[in-house]
Parts: sequence; structure tokens; C-alpha cells
Amino acid sequence: MIHSLFLINSSGDIFLEKHWKSVVSRSVCDYFFEAQERATEAENVPPVIPTPHHYLLSVYRHKIFFVAVIQTEVPPLFVIEFLHRVVDTFQDYFGVCSEPVIKDNVVVVYEVLEEMLDNGFPLATESNILKELIKPPTILRTVVNTITGSTNVGDQLPTGQLSVVPWRRTGVKYTNNEAYFDVIEEIDAIIDKSGSTITAEIQGVIDACVKLTGMPDLTLSFMNPRLLDDVSFHPCVRFKRWESERILSFIPPDGNFRLLSYHMLSWDVGKINPQKLPSLKGTMSLQAGASKPDENPTINLQFKIQQLAISGLKVNRLDMYGEKYKPFKGIKYMTKAGKFQVRT
Amino acid sequence: MTDSKYFTTTKKGEIFELKAELNSDKKEKKKEAVKKVIASMTVGKDVSALFPDVVNCMQTDNLELKKLVYLYLMNYAKSQPDMAIMAVNTFVKDCEDPNPLIRALAVRTMGCIRVDKITEYLCEPLRKCLKDEDPYVRKTAAVCVAKLHDINAQLVEDQGFLDTLKDLISDSNPMVVANAVAALSEIAESHPSSNLLDLNPQSINKLLTALNECTEWGQIFILDCLANYMPKDDREAQSICERVTPRLSHANSAVVLSAVKVLMKFMEMLSKDLDYYGTLLKKLAPPLVTLLSAEPELQYVALRNINLIVQKRPEILKHEMKVFFVKYNDPIYVKLEKLDIMIRLASQANIAQVLAELKEYATEVDVDFVRKAVRAIGRCAIKVEQSAERCVSTLLDLIQTKVNYVVQEAIVVIKDIFRKYPNKYESVIATLCENLDSLDEPEARAAMIWIVGEYAERIDNADELLESFLEGFHDESTQVQLQLLTAIVKLFLKKPTETQELVQQVLSLATQDSDNPDLRDRGYIYWRLLSTDPVAAKEVVLAEKPLISEETDLIEPTLLDELICYIGTLASVYHKPPSAFVEGGRGVVHKSLPPRTASSESAESPETAPTGAPPGEQPDVIPAQGDLLGDLLNLDLGPPVSGPPLATSSVQMGAVDLLGGGLDSLIGGTNFVAPPTAAVPANLGAPIGSGLSDLFDLTSGVGTLSGSYVAPKAVWLPAMKAKGLEISGTFTRQVGSISMDLQLTNKALQVMTDFAIQFNRNSFGLAPAAPLQVHAPLSPNQTVEISLPLSTVGSVMKMEPLNNLQNNIDVFYFSTLYPLHILFVEDGKMDRQMFLATWKDIPNENEAQFQIRDCPLNAEAASSKLQSSNIFTVAKRNVEGQDMLYQSLKLTNGIWVLAELRIQPGNPSCTLSLKCRAPEVSQHVYQAYETILKN
Repeated sequence: MIHSLFLINSSGDIFLEKHWKSVVSRSVCDYFFEAQERATEAENVPPVIPTPHHYLLSVYRHKIFFVAVIQTEVPPLFVIEFLHRVVDTFQDYFGVCSEPVIKDNVVVVYEVLEEMLDNGFPLATESNILKELIKPPTILRTVVNTITGSTNVGDQLPTGQLSVVPWRRTGVKYTNNEAYFDVIEEIDAIIDKSGSTITAEIQGVIDACVKLTGMPDLTLSFMNPRLLDDVSFHPCVRFKRWESERILSFIPPDGNFRLLSYHMLSWDVGKINPQKLPSLKGTMSLQAGASKPDENPTINLQFKIQQLAISGLKVNRLDMYGEKYKPFKGIKYMTKAGKFQVRT
Repeated sequence: MTDSKYFTTTKKGEIFELKAELNSDKKEKKKEAVKKVIASMTVGKDVSALFPDVVNCMQTDNLELKKLVYLYLMNYAKSQPDMAIMAVNTFVKDCEDPNPLIRALAVRTMGCIRVDKITEYLCEPLRKCLKDEDPYVRKTAAVCVAKLHDINAQLVEDQGFLDTLKDLISDSNPMVVANAVAALSEIAESHPSSNLLDLNPQSINKLLTALNECTEWGQIFILDCLANYMPKDDREAQSICERVTPRLSHANSAVVLSAVKVLMKFMEMLSKDLDYYGTLLKKLAPPLVTLLSAEPELQYVALRNINLIVQKRPEILKHEMKVFFVKYNDPIYVKLEKLDIMIRLASQANIAQVLAELKEYATEVDVDFVRKAVRAIGRCAIKVEQSAERCVSTLLDLIQTKVNYVVQEAIVVIKDIFRKYPNKYESVIATLCENLDSLDEPEARAAMIWIVGEYAERIDNADELLESFLEGFHDESTQVQLQLLTAIVKLFLKKPTETQELVQQVLSLATQDSDNPDLRDRGYIYWRLLSTDPVAAKEVVLAEKPLISEETDLIEPTLLDELICYIGTLASVYHKPPSAFVEGGRGVVHKSLPPRTASSESAESPETAPTGAPPGEQPDVIPAQGDLLGDLLNLDLGPPVSGPPLATSSVQMGAVDLLGGGLDSLIGGTNFVAPPTAAVPANLGAPIGSGLSDLFDLTSGVGTLSGSYVAPKAVWLPAMKAKGLEISGTFTRQVGSISMDLQLTNKALQVMTDFAIQFNRNSFGLAPAAPLQVHAPLSPNQTVEISLPLSTVGSVMKMEPLNNLQNNIDVFYFSTLYPLHILFVEDGKMDRQMFLATWKDIPNENEAQFQIRDCPLNAEAASSKLQSSNIFTVAKRNVEGQDMLYQSLKLTNGIWVLAELRIQPGNPSCTLSLKCRAPEVSQHVYQAYETILKN
């Protein structure tokens, strides 16, 4: 399983190390530094690096390399997914994930990492659960702790840990009960010189922010669920009901989470008049005095379309069961460019 | 107020100050001090000197302080074992705490302290925690068993923790089940032989139930564990697949890939006629495509796995070519992998798109990527014949760009295209020649020289071109030197009149001025060939070359099947079986796909090898595992490369073959042993495969009609033991059927009737295929001969010795040993590549060596003798005067035995080395060899 973790900045300093089994000397990172040197850019450092006795698996996020050390055969995706979870957790705890922030909160970071793995096995990786175990630092809490002498470590068994809904704790209370859903679609496309589309696909997600009291059981239905045939769900979604009724039925985690992500290669754009094909034109101007680029550059396009999911996906209704109050519900649509590349 | 304050130090000495603070009376000050200590620890400062002071803070009600002290303890206990013991009491006490969180924390921390003395105290609390009423404690304890096993495996076994852990697989809480599975899997990895995870349909059901309810990580452990299970039939396989498929929609990519592994493996058992099979195939594509929209690191691992999946089941992703198109800001490691898969998916249907993309990539900035894109165009040309022309013109366009490395790559691949489609595209040579001066890489120079030599008759100034290379002969790399030598000899044989001087020059450069033995040897051989028999020289040097085939880097099928079992693991990223890289190679268990169902057999071949050569055609695939070949035959072959192999490797190959054949015989023009193709080092593309195949095929064609060796009949049941019935017999094998030839003699005074025979269970399941038929009663002193057909489908029970057979005739029992060779089946000739791969794959401890004395046979005679008993010679070679025969045989129950028989002319003893996955048969195989060879 995962043996150790090293955090390395882009200038090659190890600024944090954590070992879940025996201590692995930080000299193991020399192999990583070699690879880092060979790669022209930080993004190009290979994610799996073999060394004589270990394997180094790394992800590069927020200008930090998260390098995991493993010694036995462990599924690499398991390690990489875990590293992403570490990044997400830091971001969730501290607002941003950066070297100064991690250094400023080193003890909390250490406590959190200790809760995330036990002997290299994942222990608590849901941000909800972790926050029950180790409270995230806030200015207010620091002040309160200093005055009252209380701690930022919970002494109750995190309630979600063993229930069938490990992603949600019990006893959640809000005065304003609200549930917001954002349908966000990104278009990945490659357009060639002549303007014709080489590939185009939609990567869509539904991100949710749910602040509801108690144990609400939600169902979300779509006007056109047939559009979704390649989907990945948050563990809370009951797969059977989706299979049989095309309805998303779930007990939501508390707070922000990604309900599902989906993928579409082709979609229905409706009728287009062949005489008047819609087209979008743009000009690119170089800075004054700049020389013309040698290679034909590929242009990365950014755009946003508010209140529209380009695939046509539409939410029909959201219902809540299990709780009595009336929540405030909201849904937002947005389309933006993902990796939208125009070759010249 | 942040934790960075913990780093501020004073001049007086940090440790000194911390010590004082740790011993402070104020709780808050203590906690702050411990935090400072931890902060120093995280950045790698040594604060071990504070051990006693920190441990003193351990007994506290404050959970945060306790946790911090535990963190410290785990880090430093190892270096201060005597001090660490001070903590034991608190641990043991905490394990009894009413708060499950504290109990779990204590047992968890204790397991992390790798100090023997503490470990001893751990056993009792651990035992209690494994049975704790709170599942949170139980799941923590399960992991603790794995920790303890890592520290002291023996202790864990002695204490019976493994059994308790196995019981936890049936726990009511899915999280406990998942952790038990994870712990057992980790323990099993260091204990490959143990059947810790012995799964049966009941436990599988438990796992499948837990799968739906546990965390994403638990799902990974459970899926990986399920993948090791072998369903008993296709129905069970299908029902597991049905319950695993929902995992394909999980947001965690590791869960998805582990599910893909289970499905890919169990699919093997499903009939292709089944509707469900088609449904499953369709369900596999979307999740794989989705993985490609994840972060680049995840994409990379996914792509490496997809590479295996498209080789095994190309139909899954055949319509998804576009998702593999490269985005310009993909990291280079993703780009290169995508390119590889694009080529694998290239077909006539999508080749136009693919080529347009590849051409686009060839104009990018990244040199490695551009090179690979150019090579990819070449591979497309070779793979999809209809596209060859378009590929060539694309390559020509690229050459026009005059970008140095693009031109060079293009020339290297065009050479391969020439090889694949002779007399089709040579018109482009003129364009290639224009770029002669810009070539500065050895591979490109060598390729260009090969082209000039090969087509010397069509290039007016071929002699001038080659001469221009000759000027700097000694500065060239060996690869280029060898190529130049051969090219000039070719030129001379084609245009002898004008080029005599040139050939003289190169021969003298190669033989007299060079220190390189390969070059010298080749020079001498050419020289002598030319001076003794120019006609023979022409036959050798200008011999027709075998065509090269499309895919040069397909993974060999048995390896591919094994790798499919390792989807999602490091092995799948490296495309090597774990035995090839796991630390210490400690007994890795080989995994294999479940056997295919019979009904799918017919449809199998076109699907699994859609790009392969039609059956019957000699495969000229450049062996991907060239290193194996080299290893076994002691030849120095180049590394397996995805492009064509380096010229040097083929050259050395050629040289060895030549020498093996004997220089004298070569020059004498008789008994030409070395195959001509192998002797032509200029065949950059694929002489290795072809040369070897020629070598290897020496023995094919030897008739196999004469059946196996038959031992003379021996008395199995003497008359005195069976009321006057004497039975003697022997075993025969003829054209695939085994029979027991019996001779029954009535030595009693009465007539005997009603014979019947029954076999006890035996190792290979030998059983009568028909009842014993003795038609007439057996009169006194009468003898009958009966041939009893046998089958190997009887019930199997391992016997000691293995070939022990107990019979029961009427009421008389006799037992006899049957010679193992009657079990050698007719299709026991292993394919060369398979042989080499298998030989290397079987661990050395399975090798057994035997001496066969008094066996004055030469290799030829031995080989044909053995062949008639279904021991097949796969390859033959001569090393330092000894003849080596590489042989294979297969037993009726599918066990393969590989053999190396070393025969020294003049020495009546020969040495037999046997390798087999079931080493217990070796002894009997050896006996069979001895029997066959001596009779």
C-alpha cells in the first residue's frame, strides 16, 4: 500500500514528508529529481517512476508535486486517485493548496494525513468525515481555542464512518435549507485550419451544494435522461434506480460535492439552415514588434455561455423525501470551452 | 496565527527550550510544545532527543495531545526502543477505553510502532479488538494484523490472527469486510503459496454484497480480490459480471479499472453467441473513454491499460479512434501513449483521418513526439496496405519540410515500406537521395545506405553516393560501417565492372583497419565468398528477403493474457509480468485467464488476431521478445524495439549463423547450413525472425507416423497370485490413442470367463475407453491378446509415483507403472517463440537436470527417435561442438514440458535439462527419455 508521501515544490525542495509505514529515506526522491530534470516542463514528469526498491507515483497540482512511495504491487490509479483526494482535502481545508499555506498549517496537514491512511490503507478520505475528526483552522476557532483551551480534534466517533451513508454525518442542522445544482458542460474540440471539426465532445458535470437538515433523500429527474449514457456517479447515487427508471436517487453528502459527470461524443444541435450556417470568426493579433512564430501555433479558445447546457440536458424536477421542511432549490446551467483548440 | 510560528527558534538552542516547555505544568503550553516538535519532525529535523519528555505527555484526556504524541511515537520509537516501552501501559489501557475511537486509535498506533518489545504486548489487545463490538474498531484491527505480519509474520501465524482475519470476510459490516480483504491481500502478496484468499461461491457472494456498500477504496480491494477467483462455469461468471458492471459508472477511476479487469477476465468464459457477451462488450467502451477525460496522470495509466485491452479485444474500442487524438497541451507521456493506440486502432475505415492527424503531429515542436509521429505513419503504411500509397506521399511531403530529424525518421520508415511492398514505391528514391547530406543519425544513414545498396541498379550514381560515405568510414558508427560494407558488396555484385576498386577499398577498410570483430568477420566472409565463388556470393548477398509484417510490437499472446489478469496494476503500466520486476522476485504466482468456453472456439481466431497473418503463413514478425531469444541461444540480439531493430543486432546474428555453419563448408559451396537470408546482414528489417525460423524448422517434416516407442510386455500379475491367471502387458500410443495391450494366459486347469477390468483413480485420469472384451472363454493353457483402448478422461487422483496405475481385474488387483510417454500428445510441438518465452518464464527452481548414460546417438538420430514418441525438437543448434536440442512435449492433461538435450559427439552420455511448471513430472519424463533413447 502507500508507504510515504513527499511534497516537493517546483524548485526541487522537499517541504513535507509523511510516512505511514517505516520511514523511507528522502534520498529516494533523487530518482524523482532526475526525472524532473529530464522533463522539459513540470507537467511532463512521468507519473510512474521506478527506482531499485520503490515506485514513485506523482501528481503535479498547484505547482506542487505530490510524490507517493510504494513498495509492493499497488494499483497505480488507486494511488493517483488518493493523491488527488489529498489535494482536494487541502483545498477544502485551507481554501487554497499552496506551499506557503501547507507550511503555515503543517501540524493540521500532518494530523489530516494521519487520518487519511492507516498503514497505507485509506481510512477517512471524505472531507465531511475528516472535518469531524480534525477541525479546519479558522481565525475564530483559533481564538476560541486559545481562550477556552479546547482543541481542534473531535473526540466523537465520526458518525458517517460506519453507517451505510459514510459520506454524510448525522445531526446536520441548518436554519436555511437549500440545495443548488450546477450543470456545467465543457466542450473539448479540435478544429483544423479549414474550420472543420476534427473531434468534439462534451464533458459535463453536475456539481451540487446541498445544505439540508437531517437525512434528506433526494430524487432528481431529467427531461431527457436518454442523453446520458456514459456517466460516473458519486457513490451516494443509487445505481439500480438509475438503471431502471433513469432517476437520480440519493442521500446527499453535506456541502459541496460532484453528483455525477458525463461524457458525450455527439449531441443533437437541432435544425440548422444549410443556407445560413452559423459560424464564429475571430482574429488573432500579435503584440506589436513581436516576430511571427516559427511553428503554426495552436490557439486555445475560452468562452462561456450562461444558462445553457449545450447538450440540451435539462433537469425536470427535484423532490425531497424523509424530511418535513421545504428546502430552497436552485438549478443553474453553464457551457464553457474545455480544451478547445484551433489549429492554424 | 498559523502553524508556522512553531518554526521560530531562539539562539539558545531549540531542543533546550522545547524540553522546558514540554515539562511545563500548563496543559496549553505542553500542547503547543508538542506541536512545535511535530512541526520540526515533518520537515525532517531530528527531534528524537526529546523522546522521554514527549512520552510523558501521553497520558492525557486531551485527544488532540494524545494523537500528537502518538504521531511522534510512531516516528521515533524505532530509534529509542527502550524508551518506547514506557508507552506500553498507556496503550494497553487505551485499548480498553469505553470510547471506540480511543480503542481503535490505540491499536492502530501500536501496530505502527515497529519495536519487538511492544509488538509482544500488542497480541492480547489486538485479539480483543478483532472481536470488538464496534465495527470501527474491528476494521482498524483488521489492518493492524497486516502491520503486525509485516513486522513479525511468524507471530501472526502462531497467534491464529490469520484465521480471525479470514472470519472477518463474513463480517456483517461491509467496511470490515473490505479491510479484511485488503489486509489478507497484502499478507498474501508476501506468501504467494498460501491460500489465504481461498474463495468459494459463498464467500464470493459475501464480497459482492459488501461491494455495493463499502467505500470506494474498499471496492478496489474487493474487485481485485474477485479477479483472482475462477468461476466454476459460464453461468457463475456471468452472474458475477452482472453484479460488477455497475462499478463501471463509479467516479473513482481505480474502481472502474479494477471492474474492467474482472470483466475482461471473466468474459473469457462467456460464449460469444450469448447476447450478454455483446452487451458487456458495449458496456466496456464508455468507461474507458471517460478515463481519458480525467487528469493526465490517470490518463497515462488508463492508456497503458487500454493498450493491452485493444490488443486483446480490439472490437471494444474500434469506433472510438477520435478520443485518442492528441491535444497539443497533453503532457508528452500522454501524447506518446495515445499515438501508440491510434496505430493499433488504425484500419482501412479510419486511416484517412489517422493520417491527417499524424501529419499534423509531425509539424509540432516536441522532437520525440514528432519522431514517433513520423514512425507511426510508416507503421500505418505497413499495417493497412490500402493506405501505403497515401502514407508514402505524406512522408514525401514531410521530407520536403527539410526539418532535419523529420527527414531522417521518414527515411528510416520508408526503408521498411520498401521491404514490405517491393517494386512499388522505388520511384521516390531520387527524392531520398537529395537529402543524403543532411543525414547525421546512424540509423538514418544506415537506412539510406541500405536503400542505395539494395537498389543500386536503379541509381545511376550509386557508386558515387556510397563512395562519399566511405571517406569517413572510421568515424561512422558500427551500424553504418556494416551497412556500408554490405551495400558496396551488393553494388559490386550488381555492377561488377565499374566498382571493383570500391569493393577492394571497403574490404580492406573492414578487414585490415578495423578493430571491430563483427565488421572484420563480415569483411572476411564477403572477401572469401567473392574470391572463391562469386555465384554463391550472389546467391547469398542478393537473396530474396522475406517480407516484413505489419505489427512489430504486438505483445506475445501468452504474455498478453497474463497481463490482462494484471489490469490496473504496475505490471499493466510496464507491460511486464510482475515476476520480471517485483522486488526479489519472491515467488510471484502466475495468473492466467480462465479457459475459453468451447462454443466460442470457432469464432475466436479472427477476433483475437484481426491484424495477424492468415493461418498457415510463415510469421515474419520481428520477435518482440528478442531478448529472450538472445538469452536462450546465447546470441546478442538487440533489445526489443518498437521500430525495426538496430542494424547491428541483425548483423551479429548473421555472423553467428555463418560461423555456426562452418566457414569451410560455406566456402566449399556444399552443405550450406546457414540460411541465406540470415547471412544477408543488409536485411535491416527482419532477418532475425526469418533466419531463426529457417534454423528452427530444420526438424519439421520428419515423419510422425511411426507410433511411440513400445516397451516389450512384462508380467504384471503372476499366475500364482491370481488363481492361475497370468497377465502381462504393455502400453502403446498410436496416432493419438493410447491402449493397454494385454496378454492373458490361463495357467489354471479350469476355463475362465467373464473378464472385466477397472482402473483405480490415477494421476492422469487413465481409464478404459471400452470394456475389456474377451470373446470366448479362456481354456486352460490358452493365451489371448487384447488391446484395451484407454482414455485420459477418467477421474484424477495424484498418485505416488505419478505414473502408478492400479488395476482390478475381476477380483485380482495388480498395479503397474505406465511409461509416461504414452501420455505425450501429438500436438506437443511448441511454437518457437512460445518455447522461448515459456522457458524463460518457468522459474529456475523448476529446472531439473539428468544424465543419460550409454546413449551413443547423434543429435539427428535422437531427435527422430524422440519425435516418434511425440517429443518434438523445436530448435537445434551447435555450441562449442555440442549439439543442443530444444524440445517440447505435452501431456494429455495439458502440462507442457520443455527440454534441452545436450549431446556431445563421441561422448556416450548426454545431459537433459527439463523445465516444467509441474516439476514433479520431470523425473518420469527423464525416464521416458531414457527408455526411448536406449531402445
